[in-house]
Amino acid sequence: MDTGFIIEKFILVTVIFGISLVIAMYSTYAERKVAAYLQDRLGPDRAGPFGILQPLADGLKMFMKEEIIPTTSSKWLFIAGPGLALLCACIGTAVIPWGSPVLIAGKVIPLQVSDINVGVLYIFGVVSLGVYGVMIGGWASNNKYSLLSAIRAASQNISYEIAMGLSIIALLLMTNTLSLKQIVEQQHGFNWNVWYQPVGFIIFMVCSFAETNRAPFDLPECETELIGGYHTEYSSMKLGFYLFAEYINMFVSSAVMATLYFGGYNYPGMDYIAAHWGPTWAPLFGTVILFAKIFFFIFFFMWVRWTIPRFRYDQLMNLGWRGLIPLAIANIIITGVVIAIIEKF
Amino acid sequence: MSTQVFYFVATLSIIFSLMVIFAKNPIHSVLYLILTFFTFTVHYVLLNAQFLAVVNFIVYMGAIMVLFLFVLMLLNLNNETEPSKSPLIKIVGVIAGGCLIVTLIGSLKATAISSPLILKNQGLGLVENLGKELFGPFLLPFELSSLLLLSAMVGAVLLSKRDEVEA
Repeated sequence: MDTGFIIEKFILVTVIFGISLVIAMYSTYAERKVAAYLQDRLGPDRAGPFGILQPLADGLKMFMKEEIIPTTSSKWLFIAGPGLALLCACIGTAVIPWGSPVLIAGKVIPLQVSDINVGVLYIFGVVSLGVYGVMIGGWASNNKYSLLSAIRAASQNISYEIAMGLSIIALLLMTNTLSLKQIVEQQHGFNWNVWYQPVGFIIFMVCSFAETNRAPFDLPECETELIGGYHTEYSSMKLGFYLFAEYINMFVSSAVMATLYFGGYNYPGMDYIAAHWGPTWAPLFGTVILFAKIFFFIFFFMWVRWTIPRFRYDQLMNLGWRGLIPLAIANIIITGVVIAIIEKF
Repeated sequence: MSTQVFYFVATLSIIFSLMVIFAKNPIHSVLYLILTFFTFTVHYVLLNAQFLAVVNFIVYMGAIMVLFLFVLMLLNLNNETEPSKSPLIKIVGVIAGGCLIVTLIGSLKATAISSPLILKNQGLGLVENLGKELFGPFLLPFELSSLLLLSAMVGAVLLSKRDEVEA
């Protein structure tokens, strides 16, 4: 392991981490602007032109607020909760291919931190760990509402993980690989997986909404029943960490959806661009395209939040267990049969 | 390098496993158990068994331990609710433990000093090779065990259903 390799990866990790945080910051701003647009309001417009400095002001406020740790809470777990939530949200970015290898200063640099050959399963593992932050924080608060919210979050996550895993299996039957890099490379040009797996994509997307605790599945934070949910007792930047974790989760799931189903950094006409723009700018343009897709999905998350009302808890469970899981299994069987027929003839 | 990492992680595994037993609070116990499983995942990675590592990660840490935590949170166990055991049981426990140690040492003595097992195929733990093994020579046991799991699942659903009808 040479030093150049470590420095290269270190820079890449730092850049991706920075980008995730900035996107999470501006997602809060975007969310309020989108909500305002959908409800025919103006939204934040005081801090800077068009309110562009609003996230900085919010961040400053979060840091300045008094921090309260309830005396009846278990202190270390109370502190560990938000940290774990943010950590689990961030480590998902490690296996996502952000672009095809780029030529910088005579050196070809892959825009992916680690191309492990079980990339899809890694993402899945990180998603399933994400619930610990909520559960530990909710339990450590020693508050009945927080505890109920933590339990809701746990059962919701487990239920929707099954449908999510089954929808990915149908995709893997087609791709024959677990490496995200290879999955993206198979979707060259406009040959995106979503054209072959539309049902799988819809199941995956609905499950991502549930896994990130976003509306219409934000039952752990259902304020009419649970006050503030698992972060009722949290204040100051610890609360900020939980909110940040939610937005980073949104960013990562958008990136995963774009990678698995919408071709990642592939776009129609990419061969033409690659031939004319050279090995430095063409891959970077692909990265820009990937981010455009990610931003669209983040917008879609917000669009749904401000359009569809929250589900009731039994409706959520019914949809997961009686709707999505059988649908996903049927999707696997149909995919398998079609692949078998194609290989036969 | 790899050996040092192994000893470091192995020490952590032992410490966390001990903490599982010594922690007073059941929730803390489960959290230490999660950490123990985490170190196991690192061990699998060191052994180049990537698939096993990631499955251990998803199934044990991501699903089973979440359920453990879930149940314990609902039960709301406290230090006070832990039943204190009578001295007789403690004495019996010590004697049984002593017998176990004698048996273990006896059986360890019988085996030779552990001879390291060298894998014929270093890449056996990778997904592709593991899949070929499971769906090739071991197809029947694999399918049988999945049937077993399915029947357990159906049984669990059936049990919860029957309760509903009676109530």
